[in-house]
Amino acid sequence: MSAAPLLAVENLTVDFLSGDGSFRATDGVSFHVEEGETLVILGESGSGKSVSASAIMGLIDTPPGEIVSGRIRYRGEDIMDMPAERRRDLNGRRIAIIFQDPLSHLNPVYTVGWQLAEVFSAHGIASGEEARRRSVDILQRVGIPDPEARMDWYPHQFSGGQRQRIMIGMAIALGPEILIADEPTTALDVSVQAQILELLKKLQKEEGLAIIMITHDLEVAANMADRIVVMNGGKIVEEGAAREVFTAPKHAYTQKLMSALPDHAEASARQENHDGAPLLEVRNLTKIYQLSSGLFGKKRSLQALDDVSFVLRRGETLGIVGESGSGKSTVARLLLRLAEATSGTALYRGRNIFEMDRRELLAFRRRVQMVFQDPYSSMNPRMDIFSIISESWCIHGDILEKPRWKERVAELLELVGLRPEHAQRFPHQFSGGQRQRIAIARALACDPEVVVCDEAVSALDVSIQMQIISLLADLRDRLGLAYIFITHDLPIVRNFADRILVMKAGRVVEENTTEKLFRNPREDYTRMLIQAAPKPKWDEAGVMVV
Amino acid sequence: MTTLSLHTSEVEKPTGYRLRRIFRLLVRDPLATLAFAFLVLVILCAIAGPFFIGDLIEKPNFRARNMAPFSLEQGFAYILGADTLGRSLLARVVVGARNTLGIAAAAVLCSLVVGGGLGLIAGYSRGTLGNLIMRATDIVMSFPSLLLALVVLFSLGPSVPNLILVLAITRIPIYLRTTRAEVLEVRERMFVNAAMALGASHARLIFRHIAPMVIPTLLTIGAIDFATVVLAESSLSFLGLGIQSPQFTWGSMVATGRGYLANAWWVSFWPGLMILLTTLSLNILSNWWRIYSDPHQRWRLELARRSRK
Amino acid sequence: MFAYVFKRSVQSLVAVAGLLVLVFFLSRLTGDPAYLYLPLDSTEAQRQAFNELHGFDDPLYIQFGRYLMDLLHFDFGTALSRNRPAMEVALEAFPETLKLAAIAMTLSLSLAIVVGSLAATRPGGIFDRLATTVSLAGASAPDFWVAIVAILFFSVSLGLLPTSGTGTPLHWIMPIGVLMLRPFGLLTQVVRGSMMGVLTSPYIKTAQAKGVRHSKIVFVHGLRNALLPVITVAGDLAASLVNGAVVVETIFGWPGIGKLMIDAIVRRDFALVQATVLITAIAIFVLNIVIDLVYAVLDPRIRHQTA
Repeated sequence: MSAAPLLAVENLTVDFLSGDGSFRATDGVSFHVEEGETLVILGESGSGKSVSASAIMGLIDTPPGEIVSGRIRYRGEDIMDMPAERRRDLNGRRIAIIFQDPLSHLNPVYTVGWQLAEVFSAHGIASGEEARRRSVDILQRVGIPDPEARMDWYPHQFSGGQRQRIMIGMAIALGPEILIADEPTTALDVSVQAQILELLKKLQKEEGLAIIMITHDLEVAANMADRIVVMNGGKIVEEGAAREVFTAPKHAYTQKLMSALPDHAEASARQENHDGAPLLEVRNLTKIYQLSSGLFGKKRSLQALDDVSFVLRRGETLGIVGESGSGKSTVARLLLRLAEATSGTALYRGRNIFEMDRRELLAFRRRVQMVFQDPYSSMNPRMDIFSIISESWCIHGDILEKPRWKERVAELLELVGLRPEHAQRFPHQFSGGQRQRIAIARALACDPEVVVCDEAVSALDVSIQMQIISLLADLRDRLGLAYIFITHDLPIVRNFADRILVMKAGRVVEENTTEKLFRNPREDYTRMLIQAAPKPKWDEAGVMVV
Repeated sequence: MTTLSLHTSEVEKPTGYRLRRIFRLLVRDPLATLAFAFLVLVILCAIAGPFFIGDLIEKPNFRARNMAPFSLEQGFAYILGADTLGRSLLARVVVGARNTLGIAAAAVLCSLVVGGGLGLIAGYSRGTLGNLIMRATDIVMSFPSLLLALVVLFSLGPSVPNLILVLAITRIPIYLRTTRAEVLEVRERMFVNAAMALGASHARLIFRHIAPMVIPTLLTIGAIDFATVVLAESSLSFLGLGIQSPQFTWGSMVATGRGYLANAWWVSFWPGLMILLTTLSLNILSNWWRIYSDPHQRWRLELARRSRK
Repeated sequence: MFAYVFKRSVQSLVAVAGLLVLVFFLSRLTGDPAYLYLPLDSTEAQRQAFNELHGFDDPLYIQFGRYLMDLLHFDFGTALSRNRPAMEVALEAFPETLKLAAIAMTLSLSLAIVVGSLAATRPGGIFDRLATTVSLAGASAPDFWVAIVAILFFSVSLGLLPTSGTGTPLHWIMPIGVLMLRPFGLLTQVVRGSMMGVLTSPYIKTAQAKGVRHSKIVFVHGLRNALLPVITVAGDLAASLVNGAVVVETIFGWPGIGKLMIDAIVRRDFALVQATVLITAIAIFVLNIVIDLVYAVLDPRIRHQTA
């Protein structure tokens, strides 16, 4: 029997106090990690994975949290029983952690250099000039350009990816043995995500780090893990070597998770020809946001869209794909005329949206509807489901007479996979996926021709995303809807969209039918988007699975 | 058609349950309970007091002139002592409650409605109207309220309506700014955008979607502000520019007693103490309410009586 | 950063200007300015003569022009109750109030920061409950009543402190004590609330994860961030200190600008009222600029607008 594992969590049970009593965040959770290996804790939101990690670092506030039972052993020694000074010494020196959102995890009023140097001085390793020198080295190692000057910058002056690099630097500065990474790339663009994961792997090799990575992203997990632990509802449901868990999951929940992986195999033939007059014609659409008037400083403006043009035909599904800042959401806002265009036209059945008067606009709004990104905030929390769905009938008096509303709401709810009695309930009583279904029902209430889905599935858990997309596909077949599906995640629209528009920095980079785009991307950027999805670790041969 | 777990989270709890929960958490905190009880008492005095004990405020009783408190010689009504004319202080304090609270309530109501309304407009409109309202607010806010009140009362003459007007004007900026900030935040929320996408008119957006989100904050501020207005009115009346005799509030009672400090300190003491206890109770309760209404903080109230580890 | 401070100063300036215009029109509101300047029992003829003498029967715009010119020369006319130029009288009284207010504010702020921070490190604990009750009581207390009770207790009963006037250091104790009550109470609450919010922030978790000592986390990482909203509130409070000064100076006979204003109002000396109002407005205007500068220094996000 080999030596004790580097870190072992045994039977950890943590409760949290809330306004309605207490709930159990983790229930008898046990896992361990060996030297130099990468353990991934996989689970959806609310599964208790972050709580387990926080417990290792002693970061759980008690109250409202309470560690009911369990042990955490580092090299065989129980760290929960350690005297406070020794425990504090472990943090940063032997075990370190990086978090999901680097901006809020860096102190906004101190320079990055100061915060880095603090790691050294807090453990008495170095201070003053020496600490500063070593901090510059760290910045260099994690790939921050011009580190000497940037030491004196503040966190808000860096980009998201750079901030995460800085956090990684702070974590490995003292050469710890274990690095805990709590959803480190969730808030980052796909291209930046790939870079961060590469950095982590490089540092792991250089330092002999053991990594405990927490994520809900299946592809990231497959890319990083040696072993995987799957969590659900505070309990561990499955564990094992990464490849096995992925290719042959044993537990029902794990199987459900794995089925949500987008199919990299041949796309199903959606050979529908969409000819005929276009429903929507966008020509040279441009939008510039004025940030400050320039009266007391430099005039600042932001070009969100630059000369964008495309066409949407009846019954067609157009995917618009881009990373943050690409302008894709601005397109949605302009199409619904929630903002005015700086120049360019958007013709709906030949009439320019931006020139419509109030009456025409009202009629237009019946025909083109939107499903928003965040199911939690896109519905008024004080309105019940019935009022939410029937709101458009209140506004457009002529769609449906009042006595028939109840019946129609019930029909719509069933159409999206819910039940009629849900109409009396309120948004907070539903899960994210269910709320998005309600949002779809709301959009369908006035019989639109076009539905714009602005990152409609991005805020949902992986297993739910595919369900919603298949619901949308089903509705399309039944009702003949046209979609504009906006997303940052290219692979998920492979089986859904007819054509795809790739956007970057406000411009259209490439446009093509789906299969042609995936097989023969013309632009490097498109290629990068297709390949940036992390590949499983066991396919190390580097074969591109396209 | 994919099937999906249709299990929803907790059923919507009925209002009765929520009220019981508020009460349950309230009594766990002895200070908040005391404050609540005291306020109920004061409000009862304000509403019903004058019916029971009102005639005693004018009836002079020369045998009780400048009588010291805590003796029951002249009867229970004189337990707090009497003033130079022999009038029962207890009675005067109870009746004073009505004027003090009444003026404060009127002023708070005015500033809530006007400030809230203007704040809605300022927050919702994207043009010059909003800016104009904010500049005017800045002018009123940047000046000490007491000074403003003094100057205005000086020019217009002290009277109860003027007093209420002045008190309301000095508090309007608070409601206005808060409402505007909230409206600005709510306006950008997705459900407002969603309603716009459905074709909702401005009126519908404001009254159906935005206002209901803003009103609870307004009410909370109103409760906190009430205490401040009571203090402001007391100061003004104490300085002689507030309510004029023969009417009186607690503040003016303190002023009347100031001349007799050396030999009849109780004439000033009791009304001032009432002001302190009333505003303190209001502040304690609004502090409690702030913790309760924040779901992330509510657990602290559960802890209130648990033993510390 | 300077653009920020400049913009805020212009806003303050507009506010002051607005106030001055307001004062002008208030005085003309009753139609008969002599009514405000002269004693209540003056005759019609006297008022008529007064108005003619001071040009109050000229068209409004001419009066306004004259008013502005006088303002620029800091000339408010004679304080009738003192027979001296109003501005002179006001400028004499102002430093007295300034001394009182500055000491009271400094003490309140320092005490509040210490008490509030300590209370926030162990919320719900004994110190916290005590501190909360005391600070709420301070914020709720009617200052005029506390002053009276203090005089009763310390001067009349115990004979320890003088009842009024200036002179010895003993004279300062009660006025400053009473003036401090409300700012201390409010600021402690704000510091505590702000600190509690800051201590649950994500970057505090990072500091803990780095292994930083607890005291350093609270007083270096936390305090600097917690102070930002406190500075704003302190700025608002400083203006309301003038409110407190009026009451305190009246009761303790302190020869400051608050007492001067009340005297002027009671004696219907409108020139003096105008002078005191202007001085106070300018002081607050300067204070606002200082507060904005302090805020900009403390918060780098304002100093370095996002790159």
